[in-house]
Amino acid sequence: MRAQSPSRARARRTLVTAVASMGAAALLLAGCAQDPETDPKAGPSAGGTGRTTLTVGVFGAFGLQEAGLYDAYMAQNPGVRIEQTSIERNENYYPQLLTHLGTGSGLADIQAVEVNNIAEITATQADKLVDLGKVPGVDKAAYLPWKWAQGTAPAAKGGATVGLGTDIGPQGICYRKDLFEAAGLPSDREAVGALWAGDWGKYLEAGKAYKAKAGDGKAFVDSASGVMAAVTGSSAERFYDAQGKVVYKTNPAVRGAFDLAASFATAGLSAKLQQFTPGWDQGFANGAFATVSCPAWMLGYIQDKAGPSGKDKWDVAQAPKPSNWGGSFLVVPKAGKHAEEAAKLAAWLTAPEQQAKLFEKRGSFPSASAAYTLPAVSGARHEYFGGAPIGEIFSKAAQGVPVTVVGPKDLVIAQNLADIGMLQVDQKGRSAQEGWEAAVKAIDNALDQ
Amino acid sequence: MTDETAVLSPSAAAPERAAADGGGRGRPGQVWRSRRYRWDLRWSPYAFVAPFFLFFAAFGLFPLLYTGWAALHQVELTDPDSMTWVGLRNFTRLWDDEFFWNALRNTVTIGLLSTVPQLAIALGVAHLLNYRLRGSAFFRVAVLTPYATSVAAATLVFVLLFGRDYGMINWALSAAGVGPVDWQNGTFASQLAVSTIVIWRWTGYNALIYLAAMQAVPGELYESAALDGASRWQQFLHVTVPSLWPTILFTGVVSTIGATQLFGEPLLFNGGAGATGGSDHQFQTLGLYLYEQGWVNLHLGRASAIAWAMFLLLLLIAGAARLLRGRGDTR
Repeated sequence: MRAQSPSRARARRTLVTAVASMGAAALLLAGCAQDPETDPKAGPSAGGTGRTTLTVGVFGAFGLQEAGLYDAYMAQNPGVRIEQTSIERNENYYPQLLTHLGTGSGLADIQAVEVNNIAEITATQADKLVDLGKVPGVDKAAYLPWKWAQGTAPAAKGGATVGLGTDIGPQGICYRKDLFEAAGLPSDREAVGALWAGDWGKYLEAGKAYKAKAGDGKAFVDSASGVMAAVTGSSAERFYDAQGKVVYKTNPAVRGAFDLAASFATAGLSAKLQQFTPGWDQGFANGAFATVSCPAWMLGYIQDKAGPSGKDKWDVAQAPKPSNWGGSFLVVPKAGKHAEEAAKLAAWLTAPEQQAKLFEKRGSFPSASAAYTLPAVSGARHEYFGGAPIGEIFSKAAQGVPVTVVGPKDLVIAQNLADIGMLQVDQKGRSAQEGWEAAVKAIDNALDQ
Repeated sequence: MTDETAVLSPSAAAPERAAADGGGRGRPGQVWRSRRYRWDLRWSPYAFVAPFFLFFAAFGLFPLLYTGWAALHQVELTDPDSMTWVGLRNFTRLWDDEFFWNALRNTVTIGLLSTVPQLAIALGVAHLLNYRLRGSAFFRVAVLTPYATSVAAATLVFVLLFGRDYGMINWALSAAGVGPVDWQNGTFASQLAVSTIVIWRWTGYNALIYLAAMQAVPGELYESAALDGASRWQQFLHVTVPSLWPTILFTGVVSTIGATQLFGEPLLFNGGAGATGGSDHQFQTLGLYLYEQGWVNLHLGRASAIAWAMFLLLLLIAGAARLLRGRGDTR
């Protein structure tokens, strides 16, 4: 190397150029890189020039705006303008909502809450929220009783219904017709549902029969944790008892679900994927597994990931037992400037007609049972899934879901059971007992204040 | 310092001299003016630096102290206003917290796995860039592009590359006859994968710092070394590296701080699972554990204690680096 003196000036000049152009490049890249936190589509809604501006805070692509509900409301109420802000992931949205509720500032007039967080909200934040059960036009009888109960605070905290349900996640089993046929199993959705009707154990047996014929190449389920979520979603008592005590460790329903799901892994029926990761998406595209327990909201996701080549290969059948996974609520903070107007809007957005429209446009299944008789729901068929009568299938599942006891730390418990315990069994080949112990240790650490 | 500035600024010095010449006969206005100039000289610099310190106090010092205060309490994110004094309990329990030690261990191993190769490669790249090259500006910008890429974007691409079933790296490995590696689940494999992302992002940045330092090395040193018959490699070893020693130490300290706070890469490498750092916590760093305690489990007090433990750890490292540099200077 020679650092020649005459060329020093030139070198310095090029370095300056380099730094300058690198700055420009950084600016360019920063401009291109989309911040994943903010939804570009979440800008102010078009239309409406009224005096009252109501804000709605949601996570992900919630669908209210996309289904045109805001526009419809603004057309009916010229004095109201609706604006929505969205944060992509609930993990980022929820802590922020808590801090805003704590300080009483930065809140939207209406805030969305995910079902896994609703118990914590009703138990710790009910005094900061409007009692929506008393808003004119809100009809308790129109809702599924268990959904209504989830949005209602415990009697000790005043018993107010602070959350109005939007959608729910009744589950079916999505399956690949072509793979079932190749393995000599029935492929008609009635016959497939009959294979395992009434018992999750039969689902495991069907998997073993599938594997015996299909060989080692194809897995029966996408992941063991998906099975676990579906099985725990079908029992009334899960992680908490009715008195609000943490009982997941001793509840046979939870341990049973864990062990059953683990047998899918140990019997070699699982594709060993982790849900909502790129590998899982690729699994859909490559037909790496034959079935997946699918809540109503997952159908669109499967369609996106499996792509056009999966059309007419996928179908959906009844799950062994009615089970629920997911769903959301709307709450109205008292600290908002237009709490009364916001409560009216929340009531309207969650009314059966609007829920039916949301289902029609976005596939979010209504939590208002009164919507199930509306033609938009009862007659709904899913083109991609072989024209399956999804309105009928999911209504049936929704009405069979037990009144689930939800607790404040449901999310943390469910997440550690899946992402620590079940993942160790599924992906690291540990025994069910080892996985369970690892999950319990992580949950104990998480619940310990 | 004041005297120096006074000499440098004639307009300020002149009236003072005039006042001195006048021997106390100066008019009151003149005295006032000279006094004002003195105050100006004395206090203006403080006024100029004040905004930084005000901002630092508001957005740096206050959060730091408040975090320390919160670390001494039991406080939950669901109700941040109610704090229960628990003294040092949040710190003492860290001692028995296997997840904390695991995270610390991972932070150290991932830190070593990423920092050491990163700086070595950066030194090599800088050495190459220092040659007379056609289109050197292009290459200098090119090495910096990874640094300008957002962590999120880069990590998502790497997650696809390191995919177990359909990843390009496993595809290449199996083409070479080596079995597929489960990059996410293996302890060493996952840490190596996370380190790769860090190395990819930061090598160019360090290379440019080294390049800048290399260009300040006097050419005569190389000329005389060449005259003495030193080969290029010997010149690199005996001229470049010793001349760059303070810079190397600087980048080492900065990289260590970065490695201690490593967060985005392992978070996103875990796909949908959040802050667990893998099913066995195999790549959960301290930053990730802090995030999990604070924003997933909502225990602000415990998270604050981890934050302070990390801060103290960095002070220790900085102290060690100071000792090291002290030794380097006397040599």
